[in-house]
Amino acid sequence: MALAYTPGLKVKASTTIRAARRLPIPGDVLVRMGEKVGFDAVVARTSVPGGVEIMKLVHLLGIDPDEVGMYMRKKVGDNVQKDEIIAEKKGFLGMFRSVAKSPTTGVIQQVSELTGQVTISEPPVPLEVKAYVPGQIEKILPNEGVIVQTDGALIQGIFGIGGETHGKIAFAVDSPDEMLTDDKIRENHGGEVVVGGSLVKVDALRKAISLGVKGIIVGGIEDKDLSDFLGYEIGVAITGHENVGLTLIITEGFGRMRMSDRAFNLLKELEGKEAAINGATQIRAGVIRPEIIVPELEKEAKAQASEDFVPQKGMEPGMAVRIIREPDFGRIGEIVSLPVDLQVVETESPVRVLEVKLEDGRTVAVPRADVEIIEE
Amino acid sequence: MGNQAPSLDPEKITVILATDCGSTTSKARFFKKLKNEYRFVCAGEAPTTVEAPYEDVTLGVRNAVREVEELTGHRLLSEKGIIDNRTDEKTGIDLYATTSSAGGGLQMMVAGVVKSMTGESAERAALGAGAIVMDVIAVNDGRRLHQKVEMMRHLRPDMILVAGGTDGGDIEHVVQTAEVIRTAEPKARLGIGYKLPIVYAGNNGARKQVQEILGSRYALTIVDNLRPTLETENSEPAREAIHELFMEHVMSHAPGYNKLMEWTPIPIMPTPAAEGRMFRTIAERRRINVIGVGLGGATTNVYSVYDGKFVRTVSANLGMSYSICNVLYSAGLQNITRWLPFEYDEIKIRNVLRNKMIRPTTIPRTIDELVIEHAVAREALRLGFMHHKFLARGLRGVRIQRTIADIFDQRAFTETYIDMMNIHMIAGTGGLLSHAPRRAQTALALIDGFLPEGVTKLAQDSVFMMPHLGVLSTVHPTAALEIFEKDCLVRIGTCLAPRGTVTEGADAFKLKGTMPDGSRVEKSLKSGEMDRISLEEGKIASVEIEPAKELDIGAGPGNKLTVEVEGGVVGMILDARGRPLALPQDDKERRRRLLQWFSVLDAYPKAVLERFGQGLEPTVKVSEPERAD
Repeated sequence: MALAYTPGLKVKASTTIRAARRLPIPGDVLVRMGEKVGFDAVVARTSVPGGVEIMKLVHLLGIDPDEVGMYMRKKVGDNVQKDEIIAEKKGFLGMFRSVAKSPTTGVIQQVSELTGQVTISEPPVPLEVKAYVPGQIEKILPNEGVIVQTDGALIQGIFGIGGETHGKIAFAVDSPDEMLTDDKIRENHGGEVVVGGSLVKVDALRKAISLGVKGIIVGGIEDKDLSDFLGYEIGVAITGHENVGLTLIITEGFGRMRMSDRAFNLLKELEGKEAAINGATQIRAGVIRPEIIVPELEKEAKAQASEDFVPQKGMEPGMAVRIIREPDFGRIGEIVSLPVDLQVVETESPVRVLEVKLEDGRTVAVPRADVEIIEE
Repeated sequence: MGNQAPSLDPEKITVILATDCGSTTSKARFFKKLKNEYRFVCAGEAPTTVEAPYEDVTLGVRNAVREVEELTGHRLLSEKGIIDNRTDEKTGIDLYATTSSAGGGLQMMVAGVVKSMTGESAERAALGAGAIVMDVIAVNDGRRLHQKVEMMRHLRPDMILVAGGTDGGDIEHVVQTAEVIRTAEPKARLGIGYKLPIVYAGNNGARKQVQEILGSRYALTIVDNLRPTLETENSEPAREAIHELFMEHVMSHAPGYNKLMEWTPIPIMPTPAAEGRMFRTIAERRRINVIGVGLGGATTNVYSVYDGKFVRTVSANLGMSYSICNVLYSAGLQNITRWLPFEYDEIKIRNVLRNKMIRPTTIPRTIDELVIEHAVAREALRLGFMHHKFLARGLRGVRIQRTIADIFDQRAFTETYIDMMNIHMIAGTGGLLSHAPRRAQTALALIDGFLPEGVTKLAQDSVFMMPHLGVLSTVHPTAALEIFEKDCLVRIGTCLAPRGTVTEGADAFKLKGTMPDGSRVEKSLKSGEMDRISLEEGKIASVEIEPAKELDIGAGPGNKLTVEVEGGVVGMILDARGRPLALPQDDKERRRRLLQWFSVLDAYPKAVLERFGQGLEPTVKVSEPERAD
């Protein structure tokens, strides 16, 4: 069970970041291997199919499905304008004529003599993928996208909302304990990524949006405030698509939670620097955590990317861990021992535990599932 | 490896390893033949590693198996994987099998012509194959065609099942469905290079057209119509095709599964499919009606075997870790907190659930948080069962000659055929139910979630091994059944609960009978109460139950029932709370009542219940709780 643990969230002052920039469907890659790109450089482009309109000619013209071809004025692949006649049935001696007009501008995609339906596709919608982080193109993924490589700081949050954006890091609090209230959001925070302390309230979020703040990074948020802010309850933790006016990154969890010193202090070191942030979170089927990336633009990207931290040897005495469930949530300590036998905890569950010496001097037994390893 | 289970010589198999790669945890179970019978030896668990940064399911499997190695001293792993050529008593295994629901399981979209007819049959077939149904598209589903196209583009399923039309009937609508799919060009979840599998199980007269429309763009498999006539449902060919495509297309694209497939000679089964096999086994061997449930981290799988008919449903997004906040969303906070016996702050409860969602592998350290998870479990089971009952009903669209009696019994045409009075056993598996520190906690979750009526046995999976035994039973049924009876199925006891309600505080039922040691027992319960009589596992008591005239224990309202009751680790559970169950509206009375139930069942430590009960005064006001449906 020493191998069964939760890897910690990354808080790294300097690391090599490889950002995969992929199109959802095949398209064109617009940059070359080794090319340097900025935050907003478009690296790949495609077109997603436009909307479709399906016309039931059998009803519109009063014909049988196998007669559709006979009355069509347009064929598959033809462009049509909105209200343009695409099919016509001339009545007796030119009377009782009936026509079918296109409800939209697009291309005739399909004419079915089985169902009597005509499908019109609207023009494709261009879709672009930006570099998101400035750096060097490290790999081309043909027809799909690129890997952008950069050196810089990386801080992962535990949960977020809102998509990719960038702005300068600014502080609105003096300590990781402090709450981010609306009075601490100032006009000069417009366009910036604002760091709070232990909790952000909904009023502060609304004020931040009104001032054009790009992002908020904070230890915790009440779930009720999040629901009030979004206007709905999040059922399953798949986020990033919210269009709420800013990106919110929670570093610790729900409720008032002091931001970890490591994250707070590193952000403090990075104050004034431009950060790329993304609130996208996906807990299931491919974990995605929100992230703050601050590239070291003055440095050249290294030729070799460092591997992701995938610990192989597991937990050992002496390693630093953080407790991730109440009580003692957020406390950091050092593993003292890893008893092999199951131990009964307060809930009466027999579980595998580890003994941790906390910073306050106490030694506590914690289920191994309730700690995360702190990466050094 | 192929898609068919290989034939093995059972006599040569003495050491067996099985794993289940769950959405949260990978669980290894180690079995051995000891003194001529197969037994469970030990368990190992580790977080599942399908997701980043690992993206290789075999790492989690190795970690779980390594724990078994540590605990037994039996060497199971080599550099290459599982040591499958056993060399001695302490090295290698004879057979390895695995199930999987990791990475979101098998996510399917289904399409039919009429939603309540072929749409429903297609949904049942996909669920029966162990899939999660993301959406049901039908001609009459209330959406415009372009909305259906948008939905298909957005969902990115692993597979699509297309049904519609009876054989020889009109082909127009099912062809239209195929055309909508071609227009939408749905993309699979597992990457750009993945050719989306589509199973066509509709009107056989439309096969040629469907082949022309979809054949060149998708991995199309055509099987027999799952609704050849309005009166018949033939879902087996579609189910088989789904299983084969699951292995060939879906599993082989999930991270690390190619390697995992090389480790085992047996096809990897979706967890719900394997779980379902064992619940069917219980029902078939005992010739009883059974409801089973697998309460997982991401999904709740409910199974029923009722008068020989087997139905499986997988409620995506109702679960105890990843999906815990969807239970909150679907049930509503009030329906969760009604099960809490202590004073609570709503904001704090919401935060506790959210924190579980974002750190799904953590386990409760405090009893308060355990009780909160048990409250959520009751609601996940209730909602999962509602979903199940919606599909466990007769075929829609069948022309039935209605008798006068049928006209009065509208239920025959509109509701589920499951009558709780005729359910003989409810059995549960999954992390929370199997690992509950006290079996009485599982008993209460099952009773409150399913609301059994009459006389109902309760059972649970001892340490979560039903999926393992389910896949094992495909090649070695003897081993699977021996382990199942001796080490897996824990008899919790029997619940006695009359249907109907009486005035609060009035006499509900009297029980008298003879215990296995010959001693006499007598109990009298008032409405709203619960009680318990210790009756060991394997023992039988003979009892006579006399309900109030408004209540029915199985022999009709007010009629006495004499019955033999099987024991279990909790014993005989007497439930006079009434059906439907209503919790007192007054908060203090609700808490007092919960504490009475928890106390008589010894569900939580006495000191904890005393702490929960501080400051309570009795007042009574009963009303129907708010329901999510």
